[in-house]
Amino acid sequence: MIRIEGLTKQYDTTTVVDDVSFEVERNSITVIVGTSGSGKSTLLRMINRLVEPTRGRVLLDGSDTRSEPAYLLRRRIGYAIQGNGLFPHRTVAENVATVPRLLGWPDERIRARVSELLQIFQLDPALYADALPAQLSGGQQQRVGVARALAAEPAVLLMDEPFGALDPIIRAKAQEDLLEIQRRFGTTVVLVTHDMDEAFRLGHRIAVMSQGRLLQYDRPATLLTHPADSFVARMTGLSDRALKLLALTSAGEAALPGRSEGPRVASSASLREVLSELLWRRTDSALVLGEDGAPRGQLTVAAILARAHP
Amino acid sequence: MSLANLLRLAALALLLSFLLSPQSFAPLFAPLTHYGAPPIYDQGNLLWLALAQLATVLCAAAASTLVAVGLGILVTRPLGAQFLPLSRTLVNIGQTFPPVAVLAIAVPLVGFGEKPTLIALFAYGLLPIFENTIAGVRSVPPVVLEAASGMGMSPGERLRRVELPLAMPLILEGIRLSLVISVGTATIGSTVAAKGLGEVIIAGLLSSNNAFILQGGLVTGLMAVLLYDALVALERRLSLPVSLD
Repeated sequence: MIRIEGLTKQYDTTTVVDDVSFEVERNSITVIVGTSGSGKSTLLRMINRLVEPTRGRVLLDGSDTRSEPAYLLRRRIGYAIQGNGLFPHRTVAENVATVPRLLGWPDERIRARVSELLQIFQLDPALYADALPAQLSGGQQQRVGVARALAAEPAVLLMDEPFGALDPIIRAKAQEDLLEIQRRFGTTVVLVTHDMDEAFRLGHRIAVMSQGRLLQYDRPATLLTHPADSFVARMTGLSDRALKLLALTSAGEAALPGRSEGPRVASSASLREVLSELLWRRTDSALVLGEDGAPRGQLTVAAILARAHP
Repeated sequence: MSLANLLRLAALALLLSFLLSPQSFAPLFAPLTHYGAPPIYDQGNLLWLALAQLATVLCAAAASTLVAVGLGILVTRPLGAQFLPLSRTLVNIGQTFPPVAVLAIAVPLVGFGEKPTLIALFAYGLLPIFENTIAGVRSVPPVVLEAASGMGMSPGERLRRVELPLAMPLILEGIRLSLVISVGTATIGSTVAAKGLGEVIIAGLLSSNNAFILQGGLVTGLMAVLLYDALVALERRLSLPVSLD
């Protein structure tokens, strides 16, 4: 879907991004994570050419992104940023309609799309379509920012620390919404963050960057079990790596045949959550229920612990 | 109706009634004259003079606006940034050079009449519009510009749809300052035979008629105040509601 080949950005003598190559799968969420100054934002901005690479290239569905003017390329790629950058002089509906307008969609189609998106993001069009961004709360503004990025149904969505300015509760909600939206539209998401927990929560794949170099690009579990070097290991967190690993597996995946009289847990719950529940209730096993409410199997503390190491 | 609106209306009514029927104010101005001199200017139509002055001012302000906003936009583009110091110097000279001196230089070049006044007012009015255009364009938050480019706006679209609308309140403020200064300054145009209320003031000075001087000054002053007020109201309508967050 997105193929990044030897991407390098130099400003004078400083190399901000140094020969980075990796491939982003279609319909997945890839998280680029790194400390500040690691070059992760620059890498993201080279994908939609807000920053022009010094060397290397980006292929989108096999075609070089330099084969069309940058502003036309950007209309095909969603872009959401920290602080959302909503146009303060435009209403919520006008903000969301930005890219469809640039693309010259007919009014009727734009209206329908805006109202669909506002509903998906739990913003009642009757209440919010004509509001100005300043009249919304921070969480609402952030949702409008993402809705605007998705308005023209882009196949790719780039997000630069989109949840950085939100408080923890609203941030958790926004992350859940993103997972939901990504499943619903099948958008390919590339997200930049400095928050490792966010990376583990959202990413199907995680790219760890430091000082302009890509240190490792892998599935989250592999990052924990086989870190490329000590920096990646420290970045992913040595103190709670067993719990992080448990958080990556759902109860449904790990359920064993059999029944249990213990507490009932949803198959979508993570092993970390199930373990916490079992410890709290001082019992040894839990009954896993499918989405339809039917028993899917059982989980014991021993079975969970067996999955907490490589 | 609020007190402010009442005052505005009163000022407008006063101005109009004086311009339409100056003779009915004669008893008010009579104490300021000596030896039976006329209390109301009688060598021209006051309404016509006021309109002529306003027309000169508006023409000059339109030209200043076009040039100053254009320059302001140019020097805030990446390619035009190198012209900022030069433009700023030129515009500053326009403001520092006294309009009277501009008249003195312009008359031999373009002759007597409205033209030298237009040139003087044009040069004098550039600075506030130019500086406010720059300030307005620079006041647009970087994250908003980043979003505009990220959405796929070309530089021109970004300027038209985002930068200029957001800079508009400050640009209007610059135009307002420039206009108000010009209304007053325009009176000196009468020294080089431009039609305007300066004629009334000069006639008063020449014949020691304080009533004339006061009339010319008051009408000019009232026009400036009302113009200022109308533009403030326009700016308010264009500026964004304040966030409650």
